Amino acid sequence: MPSKLETAQSPQALKRVVIEPLTRVEGHGKVTLLQDENQVIRQARLHITEFRGFEKFIQGRPYWELPVLVQRLCGICPVSHHLAAAKATDMIVGARELTATADKIRRLMHFGQTLQSHALHFFHLCSPDLLFGFDDDVRHRNIVGVIEDHPQIAKQGVLLRKYGQEIIRITSGKRIHGTGAIPGGINKSLRKSEIEYLQKDITQIIGWAQDSIELIKKIFFEHYAYHLAFASIESNMMSVVGADGAFELYDGGLRATDCWGKSIFDHVDYNDYEQYIREGIKNWSYMKFPFITSIGQEQGWYRVGPLARVNNCDFFSTPLAETERREFMAMGNGLPVQSTLAYHWARLIELLHCTEAIAELLNDRDLCGKDLLNRGELQLSGTGVIEAPRGTLFHHYEIDEQGIVEKASLIVSTTNNNQAMNESIRKVSNQYLDGNMLSEALLNQVEVAIRAYDPCLSCATHAIGKMPMQINLLNANNELVDRLEKRVDGQFDRTI
Amino acid sequence: MNGAQMTDSGLKAKLKVSTAALCGCFGCHMSLLDMDERFFKLVELIEFDRTPLTDIKRLGRCDIGLIEGGVANAENVEVLREFRRQCDILVAIGACAVNGGVPAMRNQFDLKECLEEVYIHGIGVENPQIPDDIEIPLLLDKVHPIHEVVKVDYFLPGCPPSADTIWTFLTQLIEGKAISFPYSLIHYD
Repeated sequence: MPSKLETAQSPQALKRVVIEPLTRVEGHGKVTLLQDENQVIRQARLHITEFRGFEKFIQGRPYWELPVLVQRLCGICPVSHHLAAAKATDMIVGARELTATADKIRRLMHFGQTLQSHALHFFHLCSPDLLFGFDDDVRHRNIVGVIEDHPQIAKQGVLLRKYGQEIIRITSGKRIHGTGAIPGGINKSLRKSEIEYLQKDITQIIGWAQDSIELIKKIFFEHYAYHLAFASIESNMMSVVGADGAFELYDGGLRATDCWGKSIFDHVDYNDYEQYIREGIKNWSYMKFPFITSIGQEQGWYRVGPLARVNNCDFFSTPLAETERREFMAMGNGLPVQSTLAYHWARLIELLHCTEAIAELLNDRDLCGKDLLNRGELQLSGTGVIEAPRGTLFHHYEIDEQGIVEKASLIVSTTNNNQAMNESIRKVSNQYLDGNMLSEALLNQVEVAIRAYDPCLSCATHAIGKMPMQINLLNANNELVDRLEKRVDGQFDRTI
Repeated sequence: MNGAQMTDSGLKAKLKVSTAALCGCFGCHMSLLDMDERFFKLVELIEFDRTPLTDIKRLGRCDIGLIEGGVANAENVEVLREFRRQCDILVAIGACAVNGGVPAMRNQFDLKECLEEVYIHGIGVENPQIPDDIEIPLLLDKVHPIHEVVKVDYFLPGCPPSADTIWTFLTQLIEGKAISFPYSLIHYD
């Protein structure tokens, strides 16, 4: 799709529509729509305007700093970067396997983080849209509005997130940017009192996770046709799966399937990921465009994250989540579920799985083990791949013989969804853009499409959740044809 | 400003608070949410104006502005100056706002080197080029702490400052008290 614009017969006649979220002024993202002479949107460009340059400035640092240094990429899902870097440095210190205690503590930490991140996205950021609708007063349509109108739902969301954060604190010492994982293992196991503290609330937490699925199903089925069709695109999907095909977040092989559910590759050793995934670059975004090498840049883009993981896995190892998966997959009638809004539903199935898996792990005596570290011979490179809340995350490092980082390559989760987000935006834009007139509906729907992906907004940019907008419609001569702005009170001004 | 102001009706008006994330990781905003149930109490005491948690687009007049992250591009400068204009009290929250933090590690390199490493010499890169479209804001050659751009009234260090630290700070500020912390809240890893 990317080159369709370039192949337009008369590119000089294309119109440019710029959608500037508030986030633009914060250096976040913005959207440009390019429209041809028949007023069809040929290309949507989600610009990622922030650049930090981690790959360069960690050069010259010792490898053992990586797990605590690179987690500063993101304060929303720091554990993902912490663990992906730790896995890469496991290989560097020659720890081919972790001790049972180290493996299970890291998994517990990761379940805790996925739980808190999914709860944050659903309750704090998306539930205002889902509960109040888009016509709601802009001063009310936020988490504070949910606290006022649906105190029970708000409370459950805040406490689900709190529980995940407490797991992170107990396994890593701090809720944000902790220090639990180190090359070859972990620095601390759990005390019995800490396990008892976490066990105290877990039954309640599982119950609330089930409530949240009931809520999203109710919302989804109330406008079923809309939810199914909205921003729906036919895409490939990629995720990590277990050796037995089980849903997996911490470790496994790479699986990619096409829009018919057919395998593109399966159980690929992620150390070889560079042979399977390459990244294109566009001059209008700091975010790269990964694609599956064998299919090529044009058609090889794919989706990652909850929707891809739930579609790709053969089963969940926990019973409640598995029951929910089956109901979810029935929607696809044998094909992968492609509805973009189904991301929300899939995310909450994962949240439920995390709570069940935590309950299981808390009964495991290995959590209190004393054997924390494995070390072997120093290797000069290492790769760590993990399923972060928003999708597959790749870290790769090369060091010199003194242990100093010489080269780093990071593909963050949201980057994997780059082209898919553009495709979803293009789809809704064509549906809601009426000739040369910008409409409120268009602004709202573009926001909804982007938000469904839960773009990690810090890994790839810094924006979070809400994106009040200004849209500029420019003609081929760069003249302003139309402009719409959303005011503080939620009303729209045509400011031209 | 001494505590919450009184309105005509005699009720206490809520203080208005805005927040922004410049070049940071959003961890300080997450730490704000880490006050958990106390967040319910906080929203009884304050009203959020423009923050990433609300849909409010334009920054209005505010009592308190909280800034996370350092200054790394032209838009960061613009947003920061707007916050200074509109907020009575401006607070630098976290290591990046206070001294540039991890993103300022790029200051030891040329910006060009950083861009080239990612977009030209990166592993697995197809059609290497450095993004330069007009829609992308201009990067600054160095990352700066926010006090190098505007006057800052309070600095709250930490990566991130803990929820307890933020809570203690905000409640004291709202009550019009002098800010003071027990040692445990300013003891860092």
